[in-house]
Amino acid sequence: MDKVEKIFETRELNVNMGPQHPATHGVLRLVLEIDGETIVKVTPYVGYLHRGIEKLGESLSYFQALPLTDRMDYVSAMSNNIGYVNAVERLFGIEAPERAKFIRTMVGEMARISNHLLWLATHALDIGAMTVFLYCFREREWILELFEKICGARLTVTYPRVGGVRNDVTQEVLDSLWKFTEEFPSRILEYETLIDQNRIWLQRTKGIGVISAEEAVNWGLTGPTLRGSGVPYDVRKYMPYDAYDKVEFEVPIGTEGDTYDRYRCRMMEMRQSNNIIRQCIEKMPPGPVMADAPKFVLQPKDKMMPITHPKEKHAYFIDEKLCKGCGMCMRACPAKAISGEKKKPHKIDQSLCLQCANCFVTCKFKALKIIPGGKGLSDEKLAELAAQPVPEEIKQASEYLIQHFDFIKKGPRVPEGDLYVATEVPKGELGFYFVSDGSGKPYRMRVRAPSFVHAGVLPRLCVGHLVADVIANIGTIDIVLGECDR
Amino acid sequence: MAVTLVKVSRILKGLEPTEIAEKIKEKFPDEVIDITNFRDQVSVIVKRGRVFEILKYLHDEPHLSFNHLQDLTAVDWLNKKEPRFEVVYNLFSIRFGNRIRIKAQVPGDDPKITSVVPIWAGANWHERECYDMFGIIFTGHPDLRRILLPEDWEGHPLRKDYPLKGPELEKDWEGFKELIKKSEELKEYIWKE
Repeated sequence: MDKVEKIFETRELNVNMGPQHPATHGVLRLVLEIDGETIVKVTPYVGYLHRGIEKLGESLSYFQALPLTDRMDYVSAMSNNIGYVNAVERLFGIEAPERAKFIRTMVGEMARISNHLLWLATHALDIGAMTVFLYCFREREWILELFEKICGARLTVTYPRVGGVRNDVTQEVLDSLWKFTEEFPSRILEYETLIDQNRIWLQRTKGIGVISAEEAVNWGLTGPTLRGSGVPYDVRKYMPYDAYDKVEFEVPIGTEGDTYDRYRCRMMEMRQSNNIIRQCIEKMPPGPVMADAPKFVLQPKDKMMPITHPKEKHAYFIDEKLCKGCGMCMRACPAKAISGEKKKPHKIDQSLCLQCANCFVTCKFKALKIIPGGKGLSDEKLAELAAQPVPEEIKQASEYLIQHFDFIKKGPRVPEGDLYVATEVPKGELGFYFVSDGSGKPYRMRVRAPSFVHAGVLPRLCVGHLVADVIANIGTIDIVLGECDR
Repeated sequence: MAVTLVKVSRILKGLEPTEIAEKIKEKFPDEVIDITNFRDQVSVIVKRGRVFEILKYLHDEPHLSFNHLQDLTAVDWLNKKEPRFEVVYNLFSIRFGNRIRIKAQVPGDDPKITSVVPIWAGANWHERECYDMFGIIFTGHPDLRRILLPEDWEGHPLRKDYPLKGPELEKDWEGFKELIKKSEELKEYIWKE
């Protein structure tokens, strides 16, 4: 090196990598300072995908913020949902039923496998192994189809709910998932045959991005990225949630802390996940899938109106004797179908009415009447029907409807306090920190995203390596920028 | 093969969280304001003055060894509590499986606190985000810039006085209006049967 310097005058070069770069797994921008091919300094720039999920969470109720978590780590949306509902359940002080816990564990591990498959596919593609990409997507597609059978969505699932899961799994799904778990270990062997002893793969991954155990902990790394360095920190073992204390699994750890060990860790983890899924299917008890806690859990909607009286055929009618003309219903009506002067009985224009029941639940004087099957009738006929006594089932259902509206608008009564709940998502430790002030919305919702922490360690991993190794390092920490920027 | 499978069945049992909180109070009696417990999670509310020393003590003491900084964030208590901000450190000890939360009070008119990057390197980006979102200045931070928002952004979005919505814009886009106007002009040339 000294000799070269004497002959040539060299200078450092700034290279801009990203944000539009296929190998950066999203919109990550790196400014590289390079000396020849060697990296001197790396400055990551994130935030291109910032959507203010934390700020949005403060303005939405605990139930409404759940779909936002899908959009963070869209590669394993299921795990994010599980993390969120676990934190909220802990805050409410409720517990999901046993069957729901097993279902969550099962789908969480399915998400882990699908995430690791996508990680392996893109990581191998970046380094130059095209075939692995195609093989991995074959199995990932299988899992996504199973997700579709379970809940109807492939990517942004919103399947776990506060207090359980949205719907029960059918035996058919469990059968085809069992078939998958029988097949999958042989598929992992297929990937390993392709790259495990591959000379190019070994050269590109061994000794690249080495980080010692102590340093990895100091940088706040979690998940397989940390375990590759030999620290057996796994939230599923340290603070078991859902059904993880009822299934048996082991935690793979590496020794060298380089890219190759992290790759091996993830491969072993897929096998463990496969085992966990099998145990979940075997041990899954029968029973309900939603917690019985009416003060905290959204109740099923079919109780709101009997099926014999479909909501679309209702008519709403204002009783002139009871109406005080306060104007509350007028303000609540989204279709502006209600008109009238102050302190005089109001009237509903039936042609504009959307049957949304907003006026019904806002009226404090019980002047509004639901007339089942009354849609399309004239006002005189409705007045005649309204004078008749209300059937008992309609009475009960409408009381339930008022409670439901109240619950949705004000939210559950959450105890004051703050708590941090961590779960192990495929990328690492996903933490939710809630501060509650006793209202139905979180006062502060903080998301500790593993990708954000992992992206921060890139400068430490890359310095001293070659430009091509930057790509390997981005792959090995397994980041998704949707989660990083939130 | 380099990778081994380990069974993490027994984690060393350290001190109870309440004991840790008492220990902090013993060591720094003037600094601790309050100790709260919610759902078995213990928080210690401290003054900001010697927060670096407290965290350093928690990190270095062998029988505590809080080596993993889970999370660092802040909470804005505008018009609800005084002082206005609270910087929250969620600490975890991988060795003992213990956790504790330290909350440092920061006044709104002088939002400054010592950086903990010398203790945990991972705090770097957390503190940058905290500065970005709350405007809290971490003294001694090596590179305190905005991280998620553009560098010329005004305001700090997660403060409670920052509005959720911007001002209402005009409903129709200017270009669309022009297009409508032009189509009106060209109406007479429409081909008729």
